[in-house]
Amino acid sequence: MKPFVSVEQLRKMYPGARAEGPLCVFDAVSFTIGKGEFVCLIGHSGCGKSTILNIVAGLDAATSGRVIVDATEVRGPSLDRGVVFQGHALLPWLSARKNVAFAVRSRWPRWTEEQVARHAQKYLDMVHLTGSEQKKPAELSGGMKQRVGIARAFAIQPKMLLLDEPFGALDALTRGVIQDELLQICAATRQTVLMITHDVDEAILLADRILLMSNGPRAGIAEVVENLLPRGRTRQTIHRDPHYYPLRNHLLDFLVTRSKRYRNGAGSEAPRTTAHEPAQEAAQ
Amino acid sequence: MRIRAALGSLLLLAVFLSAWQLATLPPPTARGGDPEYAALLGGRKSGLPAPAQIAEAAWAQLKSPFHDGGMNDKGIAIQLAWSLGRVLLGFALAALVAIPVGFLVGMSPVARRALNPYIQLLKPISPLAWMPLALYTIKDSSVSSVFVISICSLWPMLLNTAHGVGSVKREWLDVARTLEVSPVRKALHVVLPAAAPTILTGMRISMGIAWLVIVAAEMLVGGTGIGYFVWNEWNNLSLANVIFALLVIGLMGMLLDLGFASLGKLVAYQE
Repeated sequence: MKPFVSVEQLRKMYPGARAEGPLCVFDAVSFTIGKGEFVCLIGHSGCGKSTILNIVAGLDAATSGRVIVDATEVRGPSLDRGVVFQGHALLPWLSARKNVAFAVRSRWPRWTEEQVARHAQKYLDMVHLTGSEQKKPAELSGGMKQRVGIARAFAIQPKMLLLDEPFGALDALTRGVIQDELLQICAATRQTVLMITHDVDEAILLADRILLMSNGPRAGIAEVVENLLPRGRTRQTIHRDPHYYPLRNHLLDFLVTRSKRYRNGAGSEAPRTTAHEPAQEAAQ
Repeated sequence: MRIRAALGSLLLLAVFLSAWQLATLPPPTARGGDPEYAALLGGRKSGLPAPAQIAEAAWAQLKSPFHDGGMNDKGIAIQLAWSLGRVLLGFALAALVAIPVGFLVGMSPVARRALNPYIQLLKPISPLAWMPLALYTIKDSSVSSVFVISICSLWPMLLNTAHGVGSVKREWLDVARTLEVSPVRKALHVVLPAAAPTILTGMRISMGIAWLVIVAAEMLVGGTGIGYFVWNEWNNLSLANVIFALLVIGLMGMLLDLGFASLGKLVAYQE
C-alpha cells in the first residue's frame, strides 16, 4: 500500500551571498506519513524544518525532489492541507469567529451565512473558545489566539494538518492544556498530522513517529524514532511509562550531541554515508 | 490635563487678540501731530484691521452666507461650496486612479519598477505648474482647477496605497493561499482591510494638500471659490474680509482632516 504522504528526496538550495556558491540548507530529505499518523519533525533552528513543512504545504518550492499527498503531487497550497502557523496568523481586523468563518467560506463557498457561522462556532467550541468568539485577536491571549488558529485549520476538514511550532510562543501551562486539546481532537478526527517542534516532551506526547534532523547546512533526517509509548498518552501519566525516559534521553542526546556529529560539515564536500541515514530510508 | 490645556489655549488667544488690538490702535504721532500729515499717512486708521473690525466683517458675511449679487458679490457659503465641490470632485477622480494603480504597484514588483521612474519624476512637480497645460487643453478654468486638484491628490494616495498593499504581512497572504482564496476575494478581504489604515492616511494627506492647492488655484483662475474670494477682497483692500476668509479656510481644512481621521479610526485594527 502506498503511504498517504510521501516526501521524496527534497533538497533546498539558496543562492549564496559569497563566493562559496549556493547554500544547501537540506538535502535528500525523504519520509512517509501513514493515514491518521502523527509525525513530529525535530531539529535545531536553521536546519530547514520550517521550510520542509512549507514545501509540504505548497507555500514554498523545493529545489529538487517532490511531495505526494493522497496520490497527488503537491504543486501549490491547497485546502486539502490545513496549516497552523507559528505566529497564529489571524487576520487582526476580524473577530475570532469571522477568522474561522473566512476559512469555512473558502472551503464551502455556496453555504449560507448561517451554515458558515454554525460550522465555525462548532470548531470554536471544540477548542473551548465559547464566549470569546466575538473578540478580536488583539483582545485574546496568546493561547487563545493559537486555539483560533487550530480551529481555523480543523474547520476546513483538510486531508492532513501541518503545524509549524504552534506552541513555541506559549507559556508552559497554556502549552500543556492546548497539547491535551490537540491530542483529543486528533484522536477524535483521526487526522494525519505533520508537526514541527523543538520540544522533546511535546514530541513524545503527541507523535507516533519522530523524525530527527541533523544540523544545517546540508541537513538531513538523521534518525527516525518510533514512539513505543502506546496511543492514548496523557500528560499526567506519560512520565510513568517505562519507555518514557529512555526515549526522552535518546532524543535529548541526539539534539545535544549527535545532531552535530551527523552534520555533513560546512563547506567540506564529504558525502553523506549511509550509516548516517535513518534505518527506514536505508531499507527503501 | 484637558482643562489646563484648554485654559492655556484660551489664554494664548486672549493675549494674541489684545496684542493685536493694541498694535492696531492709531499711532500716537497721529493723535498729537498735524491732522493733515496724519491724513496723508492714511488717516487715523491703521492699515491692518483690528480684531473687532474682523468680527464685524465676519458678522456681515455670516448674516447672508448664501446671497448671490453677481460675479463679485457672492456669499461665503456659496464660495466655500464651490471650492469644496472642486476639491471633492478632483479628489474622487484621483482616488479612482490612485487606488487601483497603487494596488497594482504594491502587488507587482514589475509594475513598481516600471512605474516608479514616472512617479518619481511627476511627483515633485508643483500642481500649479500644470495649470497652463490644463487651461490650454481643457479650455475651462473650473475644470482645470479640478484637474490640478486631482494631480496633487494623486501622489500621496498612490504611494500610500502601494506601500500599504506591498507591506501586507506575508503570513496573512499565506493564510489566503492555503485557503485557496480567489484573487478578487484576497484583494477585497485580505489586502484591502490590511492596507486600509495606510490607504486612509494617504487620503488624509492628499485631502490636506488638495485643500491647500485649491485656494491657490482659484486665486489663479478666478471666477468662484474661496480662493477667488480672498483675491477679490484683496483687490477691494478689505483685509478684514481676507482675514475672515483665512479663518474659514483654516476651519474647513480642519473639519476635512477630522473627517478623515475618524474614517481612519473605523478601519484601524490592532495587531
